[in-house]
Amino acid sequence: MALLEVKDLKVRVEEREILHGLNLTVNEGEIHAIMGPNGSGKSTLSHVIAGKPGYEVTDGQILFKGEDLLEMAPEERAAKGVFLAFQYPVEIPGVATMTFLRTALNAQRKARGESEYSTPDFLKKVREVSKSLNIPQDMLKRGVNVGFSGGEKKRNEVLQMALFEPSLCILDEMDSGLDIDALRIAADGVNALHSPKRAMVVITHYQRLLNYIVPDIVHVMSKGRVVKSGGKELALELEASGYAQFEDAA
Amino acid sequence: MNVAVAKTGKGRAVSDLFTSAEGRLPGSPSVIAVRREAFETYERLGLPHRRIEEWKYTDLRALVGEVLPLSAAPDAAALKRAADAVKVHAIAGARKLVLVDGVFASDLSDVKALASEVGFGTLREALEKDADLLKTASTDAVIALNAAMATDGVVLSIADGTQLSAPIQIIHLATAASASAFTRSRVMVGKGARATIIESFVAVGAKAYQVNDAVVLSIGDNADVAHIRLMDDAPDAVNISSHFVTVGANTKLNFFNMTTGAAVSRLQGFITLAGEGSELSANGVNLLQKTEHGDTTLVVDHAVPNCVSREVFRAVLDDRAHSVFQGRIIVRPDAQKTDGKMMIRALLLSDEAEADNKPELEIFADDVSCGHGATAGALDDSLLFYLKARGLPEKQAQALLIQAFVGEAIEQIADDGLREHVIGIAERWLERRQ
Ligand SMILES: Nc1ncnc2c1ncn2[C@@H]1O[C@H](COP(=O)(O)OP(=O)(O)O)[C@@H](O)[C@H]1O
Ligand SMILES: [Mg+2]
Repeated sequence: MALLEVKDLKVRVEEREILHGLNLTVNEGEIHAIMGPNGSGKSTLSHVIAGKPGYEVTDGQILFKGEDLLEMAPEERAAKGVFLAFQYPVEIPGVATMTFLRTALNAQRKARGESEYSTPDFLKKVREVSKSLNIPQDMLKRGVNVGFSGGEKKRNEVLQMALFEPSLCILDEMDSGLDIDALRIAADGVNALHSPKRAMVVITHYQRLLNYIVPDIVHVMSKGRVVKSGGKELALELEASGYAQFEDAA
Repeated sequence: MNVAVAKTGKGRAVSDLFTSAEGRLPGSPSVIAVRREAFETYERLGLPHRRIEEWKYTDLRALVGEVLPLSAAPDAAALKRAADAVKVHAIAGARKLVLVDGVFASDLSDVKALASEVGFGTLREALEKDADLLKTASTDAVIALNAAMATDGVVLSIADGTQLSAPIQIIHLATAASASAFTRSRVMVGKGARATIIESFVAVGAKAYQVNDAVVLSIGDNADVAHIRLMDDAPDAVNISSHFVTVGANTKLNFFNMTTGAAVSRLQGFITLAGEGSELSANGVNLLQKTEHGDTTLVVDHAVPNCVSREVFRAVLDDRAHSVFQGRIIVRPDAQKTDGKMMIRALLLSDEAEADNKPELEIFADDVSCGHGATAGALDDSLLFYLKARGLPEKQAQALLIQAFVGEAIEQIADDGLREHVIGIAERWLERRQ
């Protein structure tokens, strides 16, 4: 059974159809890249998979491990192993990062019927992961993403991914706004999480990120559809010739 | 015709309130004369209503209707229940002064420990000599009523230079249903003294009672005072409290009010910065649900130059709750270099909740820095979604954001232990919501 199956998905936002029958199948252990010009619907797809309100699914299905994802609340999806690293992670003043991490992790474990992490185990785990991601401890005491640089926000997303151990990670424009060093740290963090049981969907506008996170399959999205899929060489092709050919095709 | 009859009926009930209580009201003959005059003022004005500007959003005639008769003094059984409640509500390490249904309960209080550091007496005793204790420069009807009816309270005198070794906690307990308690306390903090005063209002099983409290607090120069008020009266009770505070020079006052109870409540504070170089930090949180109505009205009067005042107030409103915040900063003509800021925010958790925020600046000096802001709104959906996408159920995601919201006011509490205590109160309120 596929880990994620998006079948003929049609989505409207404020009376306007954004996704016009999108198909995507992701199996355990695979790394997929979704590339496409701005406005092609990449973030919309990621939001609908995560359960963000405001999107109307008018047709199609999303199955996660064979279950109907669209029937689940966002927090249920998270507990079942769906993780979206946001293109624009929000700042939450007054909620300490550490408190947030612990509350979220324990909420997910509780939903799965698992015991809560003990404080020492939790602290140990956070320390390990944050060290490997070059996240200083004092950053964890601050409000979630408050005063974080673009790179720090993205690393904080990867930190959560490492803590929550999801089976499907969707990374929306992880490379946007990052310089090359920040990008490398974040990409190394993502690569370290890659496992035969865990799939990654890397959404990006540029080929650059795919030098660090090497995809098995590349999809090209244009105007709300996947218009072409292929191997990693497709990304290089796009880099050379641009998206224009696909915009005509769509 | 009907209207006239109704008025006569109410008028008679009002007089009964005083005449039926008069025999139990302490004080020398001159005190009784002061009381009678105060009651006449109250009778003339009646309960405040929406056409009185200061009470526009808290119409006591509509919300409360009538003042309940004076509560009987607590009997042995009531005192026994009060003793159990004191154990629950006492703040660790604090010296307790307990008032049960408006009467000081010495057996439940730490008078002996307190008297080693502080001049202590009850209002009841003090009124045998001093009629001034019932006087305030106010024309407010509820304050006049308090002067007429106050049965007891504490009179504290903290001498110059005293550094209190423990906080003082005044605990108001209500055991009697459908009755009123009127209390008034006087606290004098001397020059260079350091003190923490906590007031707690709680119900001991009582329902539908009314509290009318007044605190007159004067603080000398170079003092450092923390004043924390925790009001958690019964969900169908009424609590009207008035604070009159005078602050000397180079003094710090850190005030915090937490409202988690009562169907109808108003805290009205009149704080005068009367000495130069002082810093006032006045903050509070109202956590209201169902049809609760909570009003915080604060007048900060910068009477002299070079003082700083900071006000941070937060209200969280669920269901059909109604919160009122009226904050006025007055800067007198002489009060140059005044630095006064007030920030009020209300969080509406329901479409039917209502917040009335009314910040006002009355500035008569020209070289000042004053500002205010007031907002009311719902929780930010994008923040809620972020938390839910990380596995937090709706109510838990809300709770985290609400804690952060009220935290902006709570973090102004200077004392670590009291700050933690107040955070705990907010957490328990949120847990009850889940
Ligand atoms: N909340 C919204 N309201 C209205 N239009 C939206 C909204 N979100 C996205 N869109 C529109 O949907 C299209 C796809 O946007 P998006 O999914 O963000 O694309 P991408 O991530 O590929 O850049 C764009 O035309 C955008 O303007
Ligand atoms: Mg996008």
